[in-house]
Amino acid sequence: MLFRHIDEPNLRSIDVYRRLGGYRSLSQAFKEIEPEDLVAELEDSGLRGRGGAGFSMGKKGSFLPHGDMEKYLCCNADESEPGAFKDRELMMKNPHQLIEGCAIAALAVDATYAFIFIRGEYWEVADVLDEAVVEAYNAGFLGSNILGTGSRVELVVHRGAGAYICGEETALLDALEGKRGNPRLKPPFPAIQGLYGGPTLINNVETLSNVPHIIRNGADWYKRFGTEESTGTKVVSVSGCVERPGNYEIELGIPTREIIYGLAGGPLEGRRVKAWFPGGSSAPVLTETELDLPYTFEAMAEAGSMLGSGSIIVADETVSIPELALRTARFYHHESCGKCTPCREGTNWTVKMLERVVNGLGTPMDLDIIASVQNNIMGNCLCVLGDSMAMPVGSMVRKFRGEFESAVEGVRVAA
Amino acid sequence: MTDLPELRPTDDLPAAERDALIASMRPEDAERVPELHEVDVPEELRAEIEQAMSRYPQLRSASIPAMWAVQRHYGWCTPEGIRQAAAVMGLTPAYLEAIATFYDLFRTTPAGRHQVLVCHNISCWLRGADDLTRALCDAAGVDAHEADHDGATSADGEIFIKGFECLGACDIAPMASIDQRYYGPLDADDAAAAIEQLRSGAEVLPEKALAKRPVAGGPEPEPDPRVAEVEGDRGAPGSGAEEAARS
Repeated sequence: MLFRHIDEPNLRSIDVYRRLGGYRSLSQAFKEIEPEDLVAELEDSGLRGRGGAGFSMGKKGSFLPHGDMEKYLCCNADESEPGAFKDRELMMKNPHQLIEGCAIAALAVDATYAFIFIRGEYWEVADVLDEAVVEAYNAGFLGSNILGTGSRVELVVHRGAGAYICGEETALLDALEGKRGNPRLKPPFPAIQGLYGGPTLINNVETLSNVPHIIRNGADWYKRFGTEESTGTKVVSVSGCVERPGNYEIELGIPTREIIYGLAGGPLEGRRVKAWFPGGSSAPVLTETELDLPYTFEAMAEAGSMLGSGSIIVADETVSIPELALRTARFYHHESCGKCTPCREGTNWTVKMLERVVNGLGTPMDLDIIASVQNNIMGNCLCVLGDSMAMPVGSMVRKFRGEFESAVEGVRVAA
Repeated sequence: MTDLPELRPTDDLPAAERDALIASMRPEDAERVPELHEVDVPEELRAEIEQAMSRYPQLRSASIPAMWAVQRHYGWCTPEGIRQAAAVMGLTPAYLEAIATFYDLFRTTPAGRHQVLVCHNISCWLRGADDLTRALCDAAGVDAHEADHDGATSADGEIFIKGFECLGACDIAPMASIDQRYYGPLDADDAAAAIEQLRSGAEVLPEKALAKRPVAGGPEPEPDPRVAEVEGDRGAPGSGAEEAARS
């Protein structure tokens, strides 16, 4: 669906996109459908947010109050989760699909201003988007009088400057308002009080890219893909120790083994899967025995992990789990914004203790302390950045405790 | 502008000196918003910042774009550049400095002309990012450990190398962002070639540029399984739907 035509030469240009049926949904939405019906259709489709939380997009849209106040749409293109690179490909190769989705979503929630917040590292992708936005303005799909209907949507591509935390929706809003990207206290949720204090709908690139397809083909059509709870297709980013890392669009519900072995070619020659992150580095790791679980939001949650942004990272048996835990923890330590103490100090001390363990200076007590630090971060901060370290690191210590212990023991025996 | 005393990190001060310093600070001493006539803003920079301000419902939203403009103009976010942007935007320099120091891509110290960011996060590490960093640093003649942590600039001032968190290109791991363009997967030979090309002004690794990759994900088996082949119009649901995600 999203990846259809993705390798069509020059799909990023508006002419090719339109030749393949692009912007038909937009014209349908602006000319024939009432905004409330758009929201209802999206809600009915069961489309769940593709950024990580998996919340129903239509429901989120319906939370926005009606009235005269200025409302906003923000597209979260700050894709910074380790292992995730789907939005990059979607924007770079098919920017108009996203622009069309943004315009329709803006109309649905009555937002005049729509922003695409793209991470600063994606400079060349933002260049592609900028060009596409100009094309869309010139063709009358954006601006103050869209297709002569009098509706107005202004779309601004806003480049970030390197901060994982800005992928958190309230930090993203702060960054967009020109502040340091620190998360806000919720509630109030952005749907009630977001950008510049106005009701704001925030959705991920992939979620918004689904919108034109749903509007064009209807919610019932969309629901036929995937499972009852996880409708539609999902772009999965597979990386790490596999033969063919890349983005693959799948129907939710197929066995994970099929994704890792079938699509991504399985682990490198002669190796086996040791551990895998089902949803980016923030998801608790699963093991080889869990490869046959269906890839859905529910099954991953039941297994004690999460589907998150749909980024599978595979580690094979040559990988040391304590070192993997250290890499993971270092990232969150670096990216913690420092606003909440449990996250700022917890990530710091987790890194220090894991460094001790990896360098052979650990004590058996460290493992219990590492585990207890994770428990003390969970749920105690404004946002989930700290939890995002606590969950995978905690799961690694739990599931591969023997390996951590031998890292500690090995040195003691040698000494 | 008046001469400022030499600045020292407060961590280096003895406790008594630090306390005295803090006690001596008064809110009214904080630098106010500079007037435009007090700073000498280059016309081009001013135009760029003003244009950014015009794109948002609230002017302050342009603070990140303004810092980008300063960095483009001066190579890094210089204190004077920050004051100029502050004057144009009507903000205090301290406010914009807080922005410049928060975001990883803004540099608040001078750095090399070309910027090489090497991803050292999980997926790239699993595929040899540490070796890539070493190869790049050897070629540029900088210390790999320093580059990986704080970033390091080569002696000739040409190359700045820094280990960076996930750049969102795990499909081409191990990879690097060179002057804001993505390249990968890179091996030691590519690293040496890239540094050489940057120094000589040649095109960098044309065959490894992400922008030129037709399909991410390496060699494709036939037929292409990445695309869930789903199509349908309101009138004709069902066409090819079951084929989604065939493999």
